[in-house]
Amino acid sequence: MLIYTLKRLGLAMIVMVTVSLISFMLLRVSGDPAISLAGEGASNEEIEFVRIQYGFDRPLIIQYFEWAGRALHGDLGDSPYLNQPVAQMLRERMGVTVILGVSALSFAMILSIPLGMLAAIRPNTWIDRVALSISVMGQAMPSFWFGLILIIFFGVHLRWLPISGSDTWRHFVMPTIALGYYATPAIMRLVRSGMIEVLASDHIRTARAKGLRWPRILFKHTLRNAIIPVVAVAAVQLGFMLGGSIVIESIFALNGLGNLAWVSISRSDLPVVQAIVLFLSTTYIILTFLADLLNAFLDPRIRST
Amino acid sequence: MPPVETQQQFDSGLGLEVVFPTPGQIMRRRMLTHKGFIIGGLMVLAVFIVAIFAPYIAQHDPYHQDLSNRMITPVWSETGSWEHPLGTDAMGRDYLSRLAYGARISLFIGFSCMAIAAVIGISLGLIAGYFGGMADMIVSFIITVRLALPAVLVAIAVVALMGGSIQVVVMVLGCLIWDRFAVILRATTQQIRAMDYVQAAKAAGCSIPWLMIREIMPNLLNSIVIVATLEIGRAILLEAALSFLGMGVQPPTPSWGLMISEGKDMMLFDPYLVTIPGVALFFLVLGMNLFGDGLRDVTSPEGRS
Repeated sequence: MLIYTLKRLGLAMIVMVTVSLISFMLLRVSGDPAISLAGEGASNEEIEFVRIQYGFDRPLIIQYFEWAGRALHGDLGDSPYLNQPVAQMLRERMGVTVILGVSALSFAMILSIPLGMLAAIRPNTWIDRVALSISVMGQAMPSFWFGLILIIFFGVHLRWLPISGSDTWRHFVMPTIALGYYATPAIMRLVRSGMIEVLASDHIRTARAKGLRWPRILFKHTLRNAIIPVVAVAAVQLGFMLGGSIVIESIFALNGLGNLAWVSISRSDLPVVQAIVLFLSTTYIILTFLADLLNAFLDPRIRST
Repeated sequence: MPPVETQQQFDSGLGLEVVFPTPGQIMRRRMLTHKGFIIGGLMVLAVFIVAIFAPYIAQHDPYHQDLSNRMITPVWSETGSWEHPLGTDAMGRDYLSRLAYGARISLFIGFSCMAIAAVIGISLGLIAGYFGGMADMIVSFIITVRLALPAVLVAIAVVALMGGSIQVVVMVLGCLIWDRFAVILRATTQQIRAMDYVQAAKAAGCSIPWLMIREIMPNLLNSIVIVATLEIGRAILLEAALSFLGMGVQPPTPSWGLMISEGKDMMLFDPYLVTIPGVALFFLVLGMNLFGDGLRDVTSPEGRS
């Protein structure tokens, strides 16, 4: 287990470095930061001044190492637009996005695990069809459009929920549904196929032959085995949802990282965008690392590979 | 030498000739009875027809602004008329014409993103699956790095920096969504490479490109088409999200995502501005996914997975 952990950790570190390098390069190569920083109508001398001032004239790789070295110490630079430390801006906005991501994942699990189980126990019945259509529709629904429909229906017609802001828990209900529904199909399909596979296996037949009660077989013997791949997928989905929250946050005017990213992109505030990309990919890498460990812990067969 | 029995004919020993259907016949029979496959196919076909015959369906120029005819409601509301069956938007442009031309944009972006993603993903998957070992490790690493990048955020940032246009959107999305192609092709290639006929071809001295393209690729075609339909749907949804945030296709292009974004401010009074393009998106992507899922069912040996 220790060797497995160390191997995974090493891999995670290398991935981390590569991802930070790629995202840094991508954003630097896509546009000239000096031109956007100098503002519209700036003369060539002014642009050149900004370029030297911020060090954009030096080789990209040196700029990267400087940036990465400071990022390791928690210093993500300053936002040239707001003259604020980026790290502080991130800390202020992080809470909202994490709450949204975790509640959306919980919503997806609460919806998909029981439905997936029911669909697996009674395949090809109406409940299986309901589960299937929920998952097929979830895959095809544009999440931003689903969010707008929720606003029109629950926010405006029924007036049940507030449509923008992040002050109370009620503000999070619709964004949670809009974002969580997106992750539901993947988890539900996995629970269903996993349960069907485990239910057909020998040890379940033995458990039934022993005369164990059905709920005990279902939860202790079947779900426990079927849930292993779900753990990994849930971690991956949480990472995707944190990244995808940019769309949902802008619709519901939630004051989180996604909104900050959107605003910063539209005013070419590169240090902030870079920091958010770095933060989101780090979170994703940590989540998948933890999921790998948890998987190995739950299923000893994985450790040997 | 005993006569070789063909796959189709089998001597029952009673003088009767038993004829088995060929795999192709089984597949065609399954296609005609699989509801999802037929319905999905028809839905996609319908959008294709709208896109091809857009000039005949559109009674007005989709770009023509007519401020004296702003915000006419669709024909099913009290104030609607057949002059503008789906009404007009805030600039007096005919909504049906914009919707019809928008089908072209969505289909074009979906197919071209998929084509770029397919080239990258299939090459990586084939190389990893065929060579294994070091090549497999490198490709798996590249896939991990790609998954760790927050795709939506990176796409939005790069498109915003490079300036939104259809070409940029296609390039950026195509280079971001190849992961599923690579993952699935890698696994399938590994299975097929181990088959006897590939080993026989190898022993016969076939070159590696011949083995990959003539021996292995034809058996991967199913997986490729299935992944391709799902990726087209994903690309269409991503483009819509990008355009919705104002970081994708730029106005006045009639992209469905852009139409939702333009109608958003007026959706509380005139929900049709948001619901109509949203339903169109949902319809197209749902059709694509049903078609892809159906194709997987009818071509898989067991019929339904």
